[in-house]
Amino acid sequence: MTDHKNNGSGSHGLRLKVGLAEMLKGGVIMDVTDAQQAEIAEKAGAVAVMALERVPAQIRAEGGVARMASIKKIKEIMSVSSIPVMAKCRIGHFVEAQVLQELGVDFIDESEVLTPADELHHVDKHAFKTPFVCGARDLGEALRRIAEGAAMIRTKGEAGTGDVVHAVKHLRQIVKDMRQLTVMSEEELYAAAKEHRAPYELVRMVAKSGKLPVPNFSAGGIATPADAALVRQLGAEAVFVGSGIFMSDSQTFAPAKEAEIRARAIVRATTFFDDPKVLAEASEECTGAMKGLAIAALDASSMMQTRGW
Amino acid sequence: MPHSTHATSPIIGVLALQGDYASHAQALQDIGARSLLVRTKEDLAHVDGLIIPGGESTTFLKLLAREALFEPLQQFVQTRPTFGTCAGCILLAKKVCNPEQRSLGVLDATVERNAYGRQIDSEILTEETSLPGGPLEMVFIRAPRIAEVGDRVEVLAWRDGAPILVRERNVLAATFHPELSEDRRIHRYFIQMVEEMENKGHLAQLKQPPATKPTRANL
Repeated sequence: MTDHKNNGSGSHGLRLKVGLAEMLKGGVIMDVTDAQQAEIAEKAGAVAVMALERVPAQIRAEGGVARMASIKKIKEIMSVSSIPVMAKCRIGHFVEAQVLQELGVDFIDESEVLTPADELHHVDKHAFKTPFVCGARDLGEALRRIAEGAAMIRTKGEAGTGDVVHAVKHLRQIVKDMRQLTVMSEEELYAAAKEHRAPYELVRMVAKSGKLPVPNFSAGGIATPADAALVRQLGAEAVFVGSGIFMSDSQTFAPAKEAEIRARAIVRATTFFDDPKVLAEASEECTGAMKGLAIAALDASSMMQTRGW
Repeated sequence: MPHSTHATSPIIGVLALQGDYASHAQALQDIGARSLLVRTKEDLAHVDGLIIPGGESTTFLKLLAREALFEPLQQFVQTRPTFGTCAGCILLAKKVCNPEQRSLGVLDATVERNAYGRQIDSEILTEETSLPGGPLEMVFIRAPRIAEVGDRVEVLAWRDGAPILVRERNVLAATFHPELSEDRRIHRYFIQMVEEMENKGHLAQLKQPPATKPTRANL
């Protein structure tokens, strides 16, 4: 079944990778740490789950080196899910990525939430048949990841905080960077490519279309239905919700029933992101958001978003 | 307002709860058809035909139930032109397995979810179909398989002995994603279906007054 002879670098490969990302649009991808949470997520209407050992809020609270989740955990979650399963590898850790591809996960997240394994290089994602999603804080970072073969970008918020402020900041940044390109002349585009430290061909593509050549999702700090609708209205095509569903605070899981209600309300708000009437209903259904951690109170060294370059 | 050059051409709805509905809307725009994103039963009342896109069928089902859209949709697909791709095909089938789940039950077929494996087993193939114009590129993504079809189902294309493009009366279904290819033959075929059924409707009985005020314009 898992036939690796056909790697992901051809145009067919890239179209299939981006094709799966297209299918996830308008949906919610939820972080889960065991089979029970995966079942709750699917029942609530998640379009995919992210299999993790610990959610970002726990990683942040517990510290230590955060690595790819245990194989047993990932397999357990894959065995109960009929929707796509994603898993994270460390930045630059292409062997963790090889292992995840071998397991047959549907998407690999080369994620700043885990401790980076390489200070210079990201994974060469063209070498894989499994699609990759990567985080970005501005257009240059997004295009560098796409040049390396990412099939989906998620704008980085600050994971594990329940504070949406940086998800908003970076989404606005990318949208603004793109809009600026669309009014530039040919000569200006060369200079813009240099400024963004991104390949000229990709910069030119964005200038022509006004959007990224792959789907652009939002992640990091999304904790309420209104947060999800906010990033959708700002241009995100789908949302990742990590700690915001299953955590009460950074160390305690929310009761299953409460998590399910929250998950369902966030799914609804993501679909009807531009309908205030439904958003009011979804917000009312949803009780008890994660307590959270204000980003303004974090010192720079504890930020995850600055990992990756 | 919906995109169009002909104000009298049919309005094609694209179910937009989740999935690649924007790709379908783009495909319709490419061939000059009018389209409308459908998220409510009010939206549904304004369309002459409907596309159920690719995406996650479980997510569609949850949202349809929660928004009280399941029954209106079930009613629509009984008689009105409907085209389902991938998750849409799953939703239209009479029977769904792996796992078993609820469906609109209008296409006499058994559909097995994720039958070809995981994303790593997704493929782009070029196969013959009954449509004129030669082989057609087909993008399969975590595709379902049509395991069985009833006698009245017309099979328009096959992959390894399994139907991949089928029609039964007003329903067209594909296990692949024509919206992700450049070839627009299948979308054109569907528009023809809609127009044929509209004409028949004119002859058979007085047609209901045309919908005039779509609320959710495409793009």
